[in-house]
Amino acid sequence: MNHIKKECVAMLLAGGQGSRLYALTQEMAKPAVPYGGKYRIIDFPLSNCVNSGIDTVGVLTQYQPLVLNEYIGNGQPWGLDRAHGGVHVLPPYETAAGKAWYSGTANAIYQNIGFIDRYDPEYVVILSGDHIYKMDYSKMVDFHKQHEADATIAVLEVPWEEAPRFGIMSAKPDGTIYEFAEKPKEPKSNLASMGIYVFTWSKLRKYLIDNENDEGATKDFGKNIIPAMLENKEKMVAYHFDGYWKDVGTIDSLWEANMDVLDPKVPLDLLDDSWKIYSRNPVMPPHYAGPSSQIQNSMVAEGCEIYGMVDFAVLFAGVVIEEGAIVRDSIIMPNTIIKKGAVIEYSIVGENCVIGEGAHIGERPELIEDKSQWGVAVIGHNVNVSDKAVAPPKAMISKDI
Amino acid sequence: MASMGNVLGLIFANMHEENLPELTKARAMASVPFGARYRLVDFPLSSMVNSGITQVGIITQAKYYSLMDHLGMGSEWDLARKTGGLHILPPYGRSDNGVYRGRLEALAGAAEFIHESGAEYVIMSDSNVVANIDFKPIIEFHEKKGADITCVYGKGVYDADRTSRFTVLGVDDNDVVYDVLSRPSISGEVKPALNIYVARRDFLENIIRESECRSLYSFETDILQHKLHDFKIFGYKYDGYFEIIDSMKTFYKANNDMMNRDICHEVFSMNKPIYTKVRDVAPAKYGIDANVKGSLIADGCIIEGTVENSVLFRGVKVGKGAVIKNSIVMQSSVIEEKAAFINGIADKDVTITKNRTITGSAEYPVFITKGATV
Repeated sequence: MNHIKKECVAMLLAGGQGSRLYALTQEMAKPAVPYGGKYRIIDFPLSNCVNSGIDTVGVLTQYQPLVLNEYIGNGQPWGLDRAHGGVHVLPPYETAAGKAWYSGTANAIYQNIGFIDRYDPEYVVILSGDHIYKMDYSKMVDFHKQHEADATIAVLEVPWEEAPRFGIMSAKPDGTIYEFAEKPKEPKSNLASMGIYVFTWSKLRKYLIDNENDEGATKDFGKNIIPAMLENKEKMVAYHFDGYWKDVGTIDSLWEANMDVLDPKVPLDLLDDSWKIYSRNPVMPPHYAGPSSQIQNSMVAEGCEIYGMVDFAVLFAGVVIEEGAIVRDSIIMPNTIIKKGAVIEYSIVGENCVIGEGAHIGERPELIEDKSQWGVAVIGHNVNVSDKAVAPPKAMISKDI
Repeated sequence: MASMGNVLGLIFANMHEENLPELTKARAMASVPFGARYRLVDFPLSSMVNSGITQVGIITQAKYYSLMDHLGMGSEWDLARKTGGLHILPPYGRSDNGVYRGRLEALAGAAEFIHESGAEYVIMSDSNVVANIDFKPIIEFHEKKGADITCVYGKGVYDADRTSRFTVLGVDDNDVVYDVLSRPSISGEVKPALNIYVARRDFLENIIRESECRSLYSFETDILQHKLHDFKIFGYKYDGYFEIIDSMKTFYKANNDMMNRDICHEVFSMNKPIYTKVRDVAPAKYGIDANVKGSLIADGCIIEGTVENSVLFRGVKVGKGAVIKNSIVMQSSVIEEKAAFINGIADKDVTITKNRTITGSAEYPVFITKGATV
């Protein structure tokens, strides 16, 4: 089959387990975790690609791919059902040489060199499915071209005290990167890598092959590819991004990122028509606020039915809040039912759960004396919580209680 | 039994517009907004798809831009198909600008499409009835009865004002249609036609050809009434929820019906969903002083005021201190701070400015036209 040349192909690393999301990622990969009332995390990089004019996207899956595969489908919701290009799910595969899981981010791309080569691109954009942000990748590709760079890395200024959690770049005023340190104890800069890279494909291709042939390497972009390119004095530049960007890798950050959509001061406008975030929409009627409902400071998706009280909450499609139930400072994922009189506070409740009458999930921090005992409570997907059951703060429930 | 894959669905997009002049001034009946996120065509179209029909033609006459925009390629109804799928049939080949006078003339314009479909049966539906109908048992009924034409009807108590705007059938115990009354002005329990008809394709093609030769154009008058005793015309009783949208009042009532949970669950069944165009807007957002009771709210709304017993379409904004009661507010309309809108219907893109109060009566809701600022 003949492939039409594409200037730019995006590769989206979506195989991560997201182990720090515990119960929420037992049955689905992290990029498939619901976010913001109707989205899944992967909607953000996918929509960014489409809005940036990138119409060829490889999605690398490995861990629990069922939900993600079904969700992406033929790519129609994102306009990625294309005759040439479009979205392709790329799981690991068996070859004549044997079978191999993706053993690292660089290895995952290495194993798909064949896919990328078919489009003969000038540039490859490497993305991850772990972050909530809106970004025009085409501007970053332009920046890469202007600087005649071999690699461009998107960076964000982070508070100095948080810098040790990130891959940190040191760059000259013209943007040229001269040093890179993965999670440094004593950071020399506060420019954190966002895990978004633009590479000139011919260069990256060579480094991927060299890295693969190096038996001691961990086959990782941050640990191998970037340091190797720096060492060989390839032209590497930092692309500054100053918009909203949130890693949702932990329970607390996922909870916070969801609460951010309720905060008018947070610069993440999901209603902005000029940069739409697309998603696979459930086929459900509009939501119904019942005669006894009290809803404030919240986001409510279609198909919900609300008879109870909802305050500072994000309700996904098809959630039912029965009479007398209270949901505060919480996230309720699709099709979950909160029965009469149940109280949900500072919690994340997964998809398709039933929270029994009078059950109590989570707790308000001001009611806990020992703050180290407090945290967001999590109920995993498909969990039934029996009537009057209690799940304390920080609870991580993945089986019926 | 005929497989539903062998049934062609035809939807008339422009019938009965005279009953709803305010809402059909710039759009076809089929694209009249309904139920916070739908258009009327979604009901017959989704019913057909859920019944297993994979070939549908939408017969249009005029003002069909918004309808085409809504339907697109039909992918939301899973009708973007390699074979069959959704076809929009604009008027063509008529010397009179395509303005047909009745269903027969409209069908004549689509005769080639009907023939090429190769279907065994044709189901025809108008777009003025809100219902979620399974067409499978209707085809079975048609076959079992050996009918030439099957008319679908409902049953209900109506006053003369209502019946003067629709067709009433007389149907005996053997399901034989013995009377067809156009706009009869009678009151009591009657059997209104739901404007859904089934016929074999070859039979329908014969009717179309013959009517064209004789310059007949009305399916109701020239076929159902005048051929009542020549053809085997049967009536199929539909027992589920339905509402004929035949006036602003019934439009208002039917929207309100969707707030009734039993009706809502029946019409928007999980197993037989009503599909509609996807807009990719964020979920509705409730602000700090939001106070919403007994209302149907679509995605993209931003609510900072009070909403009671109302239907808000996608992207409606309700400002701080604003009040909406017993009203229907269509897509992207804005009720500004401290404004009030009571017993009304606001079309798309309406703005009710700060501190203004617009009140209609429960019997005659006030109507505000598309794009108006008050």
